[in-house]
Amino acid sequence: MTVLEKKESSVVIDARGPRFSAAITVFVLAAALVTQSLFLITFQLAVFLIGATKGPQFTPYAFLFKSLIKPRLKGEFVPEDVRPPKFAQAVGFLFAVTAVAGLLTGGTILFTIATGFALAAAFLNAAFNYCLGCEVYLLLLRARR
Amino acid sequence: MAQTTLVKSFLPILIVLGSATAYGLWYQKSRGKIQAKAISGKALTASIIGGDLGSRATLVQFSSAFCTPCRATRTLLENVVADLSDVRHVEIDAETNLELVRKLDIRSTPTTLILNSSGVEVGRAIGAPKRDQVFAALAAIK
Repeated sequence: MTVLEKKESSVVIDARGPRFSAAITVFVLAAALVTQSLFLITFQLAVFLIGATKGPQFTPYAFLFKSLIKPRLKGEFVPEDVRPPKFAQAVGFLFAVTAVAGLLTGGTILFTIATGFALAAAFLNAAFNYCLGCEVYLLLLRARR
Repeated sequence: MAQTTLVKSFLPILIVLGSATAYGLWYQKSRGKIQAKAISGKALTASIIGGDLGSRATLVQFSSAFCTPCRATRTLLENVVADLSDVRHVEIDAETNLELVRKLDIRSTPTTLILNSSGVEVGRAIGAPKRDQVFAALAAIK
């Protein structure tokens, strides 16, 4: 118990922010998947990159949440450690990179699969409050070492 | 012709959203549920879990850094044991205890094991457990 408390990051954000961002991500990725638009998937890739490096509270979607959505929400602030959504953004980024690479090299099947996985993860997060880090991180560690 | 193109462009999204919905419903239903286990496994000791066992029961919580419900689970379980002198809560960082994680087949966080007085697992919850279910599981341990 002490180990975790020491490692605990001090950055806490409103959990409703990443969930709102996930909902927008669903629409962007859905549109990208149907239209096979290089612009849309690259745009989402850039958003994932900001979320994975600077943090999910600095993406354009988070800005929309802060300026338009949050002032209208009646419920209380829901605290969340920034690390789990940051991890999810990093996973999304890897899928987006694969998707862009697929599209640029004419591998539409690769594009469709990678975008499909990213869409599924964003949808699960938005609709079911899915915690990607909870489900995937330990399995990755177990597989690696 | 136009129809085939339409099906072709919308088929992937239908498959993705359909299977994600099915998985999400299962996820929502299964997470947090305490599953009773037949008492057959080997006993865990204080030195293995890195904390004292409770005289009646111990709640062993596995957590990781990229886990939102781990914090809520910790708060809940600390709250539960605060009123029970014979039950203890021990939190283990899954990442730094991979050997134990493999041995106990922990696949995601938070996972909470319920140990009886001798340290044998009698149940486990994957995901944040519900308060009343934790109390019910503890009440079943004599």
